[in-house]
Amino acid sequence: APCLVAGWILVASLAKIVFQLSRKVTSVVPESCLLILLGLGLGGIVLAIAKRAEYQLEPSMFFLFLLPPIVLDSGYFMPSRLFFDNLGAILTYAVIGTLWNSFTTGAALWGVKQAGLMDEGVEAGLMDFLLFGSLISAVDPVAVLAVFEEVHINETLFIIVFGESLLNDAVTVVLYKVFNSFVEMGPEHVQATDYLKGVASFFVVSLGGAAVGVLFAFLLALITRFTKRVRIIEPLFVFLLAYMAYLAAEMVSLSSILAVTFCGICCKKYVEANISRKSRTTVKYTMKTLASSSETVIFMFLGISAVDTSKWAWDTALVLGTLLFILLFRAVGVILQTWVLNRFRLTPLDRIDQVVMSYGGLRGAVAFALVILLDGAKVRAKDYFVATTIVVVFFTVLVQGLTIKPLVTWLKVKRSDHHKPTLNEELHEHAFDHILAAVEDVVGHHGYRYWRDKWEQFDKRYLSQLLMRKSAYRLKDEIWDVYCKLNIRDAISFVDQGGHVLSASRLTLPSMPSRTSMSESSVTNLLRESGSGACLDLQVIDTVRSRRDKEDAVMHHVLCGSLYKPRRRYKASYSRHFISPSTQERQDKEIFQQNMKRRLETFKSTKHNVCSAKSKSRLKKDGRKKKKSAANAELPNGKPPRSVTWQQTAAVLVAVDSDDEESDSSETEKEDDEGIVFIARATDKILQGKTASVGSTLP
Amino acid sequence: MGCQSSHPSAIPELEEIMQETGFSQASVVRLYDRFQALDKEQKGSLSKYDLQGIGELAVNPLGDRIINAFFKEGEELADFRSFIRVLARFRPVEEGKSKETGRPEPMNSRLSKLRFAFQLYDQDSDGKISRDEMLQVLQLMVGIQVTDEQLVCIAERTIQEADQDGDGAISFEEFATSVEKLNIEQRMSLRLLK
Repeated sequence: APCLVAGWILVASLAKIVFQLSRKVTSVVPESCLLILLGLGLGGIVLAIAKRAEYQLEPSMFFLFLLPPIVLDSGYFMPSRLFFDNLGAILTYAVIGTLWNSFTTGAALWGVKQAGLMDEGVEAGLMDFLLFGSLISAVDPVAVLAVFEEVHINETLFIIVFGESLLNDAVTVVLYKVFNSFVEMGPEHVQATDYLKGVASFFVVSLGGAAVGVLFAFLLALITRFTKRVRIIEPLFVFLLAYMAYLAAEMVSLSSILAVTFCGICCKKYVEANISRKSRTTVKYTMKTLASSSETVIFMFLGISAVDTSKWAWDTALVLGTLLFILLFRAVGVILQTWVLNRFRLTPLDRIDQVVMSYGGLRGAVAFALVILLDGAKVRAKDYFVATTIVVVFFTVLVQGLTIKPLVTWLKVKRSDHHKPTLNEELHEHAFDHILAAVEDVVGHHGYRYWRDKWEQFDKRYLSQLLMRKSAYRLKDEIWDVYCKLNIRDAISFVDQGGHVLSASRLTLPSMPSRTSMSESSVTNLLRESGSGACLDLQVIDTVRSRRDKEDAVMHHVLCGSLYKPRRRYKASYSRHFISPSTQERQDKEIFQQNMKRRLETFKSTKHNVCSAKSKSRLKKDGRKKKKSAANAELPNGKPPRSVTWQQTAAVLVAVDSDDEESDSSETEKEDDEGIVFIARATDKILQGKTASVGSTLP
Repeated sequence: MGCQSSHPSAIPELEEIMQETGFSQASVVRLYDRFQALDKEQKGSLSKYDLQGIGELAVNPLGDRIINAFFKEGEELADFRSFIRVLARFRPVEEGKSKETGRPEPMNSRLSKLRFAFQLYDQDSDGKISRDEMLQVLQLMVGIQVTDEQLVCIAERTIQEADQDGDGAISFEEFATSVEKLNIEQRMSLRLLK
């Protein structure tokens, strides 16, 4: 069996590679379609060879292994602000929409049967049809993700459809179970109390699922707070606890999708603050990989399972009716709900959005798995349902998936613009929020922002302190975060370019490194186009041209400086209250002094900026007291250079109270955040050099 | 909050206000009630002290600046007209309104909203946000953990990002360009004020 699993995953991944080879095909046909078709093909081959269908999409395998990674991935990377902003709309569509869809579809199908249009073989009463309606009407997160990912519509629309697909799981689960039990009891025995129980169980299931998720998120955040010494297994915790949330919810028959989703949403903030950068990257990429491979396997198996005709029973009226009804009722439902919602929303959803929403209601593997799970003995029409479900799923994924892109282009739907937030945007966003909150207060309106502010205060005061590491907590400030991220990104890209140039210019210190201006301009161009829209901080490259070369040279020296020293030396320098400058440091200091003197002015800004990059990458600085920049001004010459230096450093580093745990872990910290560290280290040198020179030039 | 609601006829210049700001009569009445509730001494106009009495504004980083925005240059009191003019900026933008070139720009258009925000930054009203002004705003908004030096870095970088003509300050056009991707209509609108 393991060999089989591995084999299938391999096949699926290979297929993916093959698809991606042809750009033209993938731009038209979404991957999911191709995968399903591939699955069909493979299934056909297997059928031909073995004369029976070997492989099926097992519901247990699906629900236990294939679905959780996808849901976790989507929950973790959910833009939570957007999600909560649109939560009203999402909930409406998820709950009311799904209810509407299932009841109307089920009733309509029953009506068709009553009208005698259906084959006699379909023995199903109202309850059966309602059951079928419930499982077929749920919008599927996997399919939505797969298709919408390639379409790039604007975020609001996407989050509404996608959020709906996630949250309707609770509704689906409840309806499914309720109707299942009704069917088992037989329609005659159903009483009014059972209906009520059904309604009550909905609340229990959904809220319980969410609560389980939040609980596990809390645990996860708490655990990551203490994982400083065991960095390697940090990602493991993330996945483990999220998976356990899923399982726990499953065991108690609560909505597991909701549990994982909320676990992801809630834990993200704290976990990201607590774990190291490498772990963060690991988590991110592992999640994406898992989710992507699960998705691939799911679609492929959908294709394969379709081939097993022994489970089928075809009834034209049922199939056609279902198709028609789900499309029709979804559209009607969307229109009605949007009409109501628009009275309450700030930015109304217009016609085009509604079209996309109703068209984007894709059914997928969840429906299929649920239909397979039906008890064939109790639900006699199971085979018909299976066939119908397969057709519906195929139709939505293939046809709707294929046509949604042209539709979106034709309707000129607002597309999303993927860009990393610039510092300006981050800053102004905050400013606008504050402004609006203030205006709300003036008007006396307890709007949504009021509650969000309250939540943020609560979070700041209690939750963050509890769940985040002391150091991370101290630094938590979003504007600063964005700034540092931008800096780091620019620095990395600069280094990437400057690396090879560096080797040539390494030892020619005072003179200009022999570089062609071409490479230099290419660096600037690279940085300008890198999407941050900001000029590199490391050098004020865009100003006077004559300075540029100097700046670059300085930066190269910065990088140079880092290469001189082996890592060991630096360890000593980050001890608590003092540094013991090795002779090497002093030597370097002298080397730099010349340059610093000449480039004092321009260097001032760069120093700040590069240091800042450092302070972000090393969150903990032991025993640094927070000093105002006034320390800069009052460097007495009399002080020994090194302590002056470190005070200088302190001025730009965020203060962290000396925690005992931090001093010895600074070493491990170093190991982890290696990527950017060397630049940061270099800044020490510059600082030392600079302060010495500043000290000497002060009157 | 005042419980009694005013009669529309009690509000001075109701028609002009509705015309100028675009509010519905119900909104104007509601805001007038609020105005009167804030005006503790019933003097018919608001002083800064009245607005500062709103508790939540004290914990808002930009609270003081916003309070000042209600008052014209150098004046101590704001009448209802000024009060509602400021609030008119935050009316949600109507969908589908065509751009009529003849009419003056509506008070709640995107540009007006941006202009309001710009004025909050630009305290000396010279039409540009200088580095110092940016730094001041940052100091207001960023938490105490961040040191002054870091703030200087951020301020400089912010200016660098947005500054297109290289004069070291951000003009209104540059400001508008730098936030063009943000959903201003949503971020600076109060649903209540429809």
